[in-house]
Amino acid sequence: MSIPADSTLTEDGLPLDGTSGRVLLIACGALAREILDLKARNRWDHLDLTCLPAKYHLFPDRITAEVRTAVEKHRATYDKIFVVYADCGTGGLLEAACNELGVEMIAGPHCYSFFEGNDAFAEKAEDEFTAFYLTDFLVRQFDAFVWKPMGLDRHPQLRNMYFGNYEKLIYQAQTDDAALTAKARACAERLGLNFERRYTGYGDLEKSLKAL
Amino acid sequence: MSDEDEIILSELDDEDLVQQMFDDLYDGLKEEIEEGVNILLERKWEPYDILTKALVGGMTIVGADFRDGILFVPEVLLAANAMKGGMAILKPLLVETGAPRVGKMVIGTVKGDIHDIGKNLVGMMMEGAGFEVVDLGINNPVESYLEAMEKEGPDILGMSALLTTTMPYMKVVIDTMIEQGIRDDYIVLVGGAPLNEEFGKAIGADAYCRDAAVAVETAKEWMARKHNSAKSA
Repeated sequence: MSIPADSTLTEDGLPLDGTSGRVLLIACGALAREILDLKARNRWDHLDLTCLPAKYHLFPDRITAEVRTAVEKHRATYDKIFVVYADCGTGGLLEAACNELGVEMIAGPHCYSFFEGNDAFAEKAEDEFTAFYLTDFLVRQFDAFVWKPMGLDRHPQLRNMYFGNYEKLIYQAQTDDAALTAKARACAERLGLNFERRYTGYGDLEKSLKAL
Repeated sequence: MSDEDEIILSELDDEDLVQQMFDDLYDGLKEEIEEGVNILLERKWEPYDILTKALVGGMTIVGADFRDGILFVPEVLLAANAMKGGMAILKPLLVETGAPRVGKMVIGTVKGDIHDIGKNLVGMMMEGAGFEVVDLGINNPVESYLEAMEKEGPDILGMSALLTTTMPYMKVVIDTMIEQGIRDDYIVLVGGAPLNEEFGKAIGADAYCRDAAVAVETAKEWMARKHNSAKSA
């Protein structure tokens, strides 16, 4: 399956391509590349994928309703549906909806946590709560997810209001990509933060999908 | 806008000036707001009237348009920054002139959380509504809240969290207040992006406030209830 452009994943998500699998993954568009890579690498042909627009990351109050609609749309076609969203700022509402719908979802508060591994992330929480995280996708889409929605393109003077309490930007790298690392470092500079690169790979995402 | 069209604030009458200050707040023009406040002070306006009629009046419009999806966070922050400029001039004068005080609030972001934009907006709007606000800042353990409540004797405790991982800490604070037998001495209001009404109820808060304007209205309602129950007791 060809991977759409990041901007398409942000705005439109990923339509369901065929129904060859018996398990459907309903995921955030920000995870499309990673899931498709895992599928291809592990030959997980029993998994089909559709993604909701990654831009819901900016409007967490829309996630639960959109996931619910997607589950109801596809549930008759699949033996099982797995939601590849963590809590993602829904304050427990997505988990409650998934329980009600009888579908499972990936564990954790957000993708920064499951990429690092939920247990490892929780252990570091006390020391790293002044860190701002970016994943591969968010580095590539930094302007669409951080710079523009926060109005920093128009009002750079707001930077310290948003980021004044942060100390460093941690780039959680899913892949080894020197160009992406350079871009992440530039993002940290733009935000006035120290920079740290941390290779996470796919973390608990891979483990969760492997279990399906 | 050409120089010829430039509005000279000092040449406007009071009504037009207040209207222009609404527009300037909406556009986040801090210097213009400071100038407007100073002009009204020169015209012998009471500081409390400038605060409520010009600044809070303007921020109420900003808050309504934010709720209706017309304005977004960056614009609200610019407006808040402009209001802050005006407040800085008025605050010492409000103390001097003995402006009416509606109540007192201790507010802070919970332990493990450094997000304070929403909290700061709430604090500012509460001050604008006549509350005295003691801001504990970010990353507050339960001890900070308890110490501040004992020292300041507020009517209201406000807690804020932006993260799914930190919002449960509000329950730690409330449970500790219950253990110490002081829970019912305070009105507890909570807020933050991932919270919702169910969560507020589940942790034993008095109310969840979805934005700064709602926080002000909720605080006023609870203060009125408090007064009513004190009268009937």
